[in-house]
Amino acid sequence: MPQTSAAETSAVAEGDTTFEIAVSTRNISKNFGDVEALNDLSLEFPLGQLTSLLGPSGCGKTTLLKIIAGLLEPTSGEVEVNGQKVTGPGPDRAFVFQDFALLPWASVIRNVAFGLELRGVARSEREAVAESYIKQVGLAGFEHAYPHELSGGMRQRVGLARALAVDAEVLLMDEPFSAVDEQTRRKFQEDLLGLVQDQKKTFIFVTHSIEEAVYVSDQVAILLPRPSRVSEIIRPSSFRGKGVDNIRRDSEYLDIVDEIWASLRRYVE
Amino acid sequence: MTLLGYRLPGMSSLIIWGLLWEVVGQSGLTFFIPPLSEVVATLFSVIGTDAFQKALAETAYAFCVGVLSAICIGIPTGILMGKNRLADELLLPWVNVFLSAPLTALVPVLMVLFGFGMRAIIITTTLFAIWIIILNARAGVKQINRSLVDMARSFGASPVDAFFKVYLWAALPEILGGIRIGIIRAVKGVIIGQLLISIVGFGALFELYAANFLMGHFWAVLIVLFALAFTISEILAYLERRVSYYAAKR
Repeated sequence: MPQTSAAETSAVAEGDTTFEIAVSTRNISKNFGDVEALNDLSLEFPLGQLTSLLGPSGCGKTTLLKIIAGLLEPTSGEVEVNGQKVTGPGPDRAFVFQDFALLPWASVIRNVAFGLELRGVARSEREAVAESYIKQVGLAGFEHAYPHELSGGMRQRVGLARALAVDAEVLLMDEPFSAVDEQTRRKFQEDLLGLVQDQKKTFIFVTHSIEEAVYVSDQVAILLPRPSRVSEIIRPSSFRGKGVDNIRRDSEYLDIVDEIWASLRRYVE
Repeated sequence: MTLLGYRLPGMSSLIIWGLLWEVVGQSGLTFFIPPLSEVVATLFSVIGTDAFQKALAETAYAFCVGVLSAICIGIPTGILMGKNRLADELLLPWVNVFLSAPLTALVPVLMVLFGFGMRAIIITTTLFAIWIIILNARAGVKQINRSLVDMARSFGASPVDAFFKVYLWAALPEILGGIRIGIIRAVKGVIIGQLLISIVGFGALFELYAANFLMGHFWAVLIVLFALAFTISEILAYLERRVSYYAAKR
């Protein structure tokens, strides 16, 4: 696997071997007919951290996420979550969808409780859980609204609450903020940082926005297409603790954004 | 439509056709067309008779049982075809053939197979209704948003849960559309079945009236049937519009 760039070597120097690994993908290949979506891809996701999969369109980042979710089967290779081999979807992983994937005929509270409903949790119990997560994502008062009555941003909050409600160790997010407007997205990104700190969950986050990836991630994996591969792994080090308001003008943040753009630029037509 | 500046209520044009009928009837052009006024008078006297009530009850029974079985068999079959490639490959050619086939030609075969009674009529009704219900349920399932299917799977839905809690609801607008067309076809099926088998229900009545040249009675019953079929179809269209209103917002 070609691994280049000075940024990566400097990040590794901090000793990421000490991280406990929650999810690891080993030699994953995936073909759709003749098209090679992923080729021998190995990547590790540290426990309790947010890892972004970033890359130009067609680099297979969503495919990788769906393989981790167990929604797609890899042509070869395997995924392990907490040491267990993944054979399909499981209660240890929850998915947040780009287009929200809410049940349009169900109220917010039923949507949020849907994962628990499928697990056979009693109604009063699951609605209590759902209510607390609805409050946590800032939708208190909308419990009995229907998805079509909510804005895009609010719908994604429902999707997020649903994923949190099943209390999975790993949260898989497929471009969750790409269908909401810019201001809502910024608020989401700030909230996500808080969430990663509070929840002690492992987040795997697919995005095509460089700024978003650098802003929210503990670790950014850059995927390149043709053939699909991990080109580098960047671990921002200094600005994470500086508070949500200061990150965007931190010099390391800006440097990393520039550096990633420099390496991705030639893949953009 | 407006006339001399007045807005006419819907279907006012029927008055013109009714008048024309009356004129032709009064002129005594043919015994086949009695005046409309006579038909209407007959209609009210016929509706009260035991023979008519019995025919109506029998038809309603055959219709309801036939439609219900078409729905109960058709929807799951359609959903299965939409979800399962093998079932689809196996069944789709047959569904398409039967959808366009002149089913009337099958009725004599059904009579031989199931006897000359109610059973054959019910099965005829079902056969008229079921194919479009299957096809629409199948189409409804096929258009379900890919990520909704992924959502059900990733949150651990069993096949049964996925069916009853996601697929069925997501395909509901198409399914209801299929049921509406199916029911309209079933109205045809139940009448055609009765006419060909002609010993129960309206079939028997028509046979009786036609054999005795009771054209007033004949037309009266026909008007009742047309009105019933039209009313059922309008009610269903109204219900479907209500559902589509919600469906458009999904």
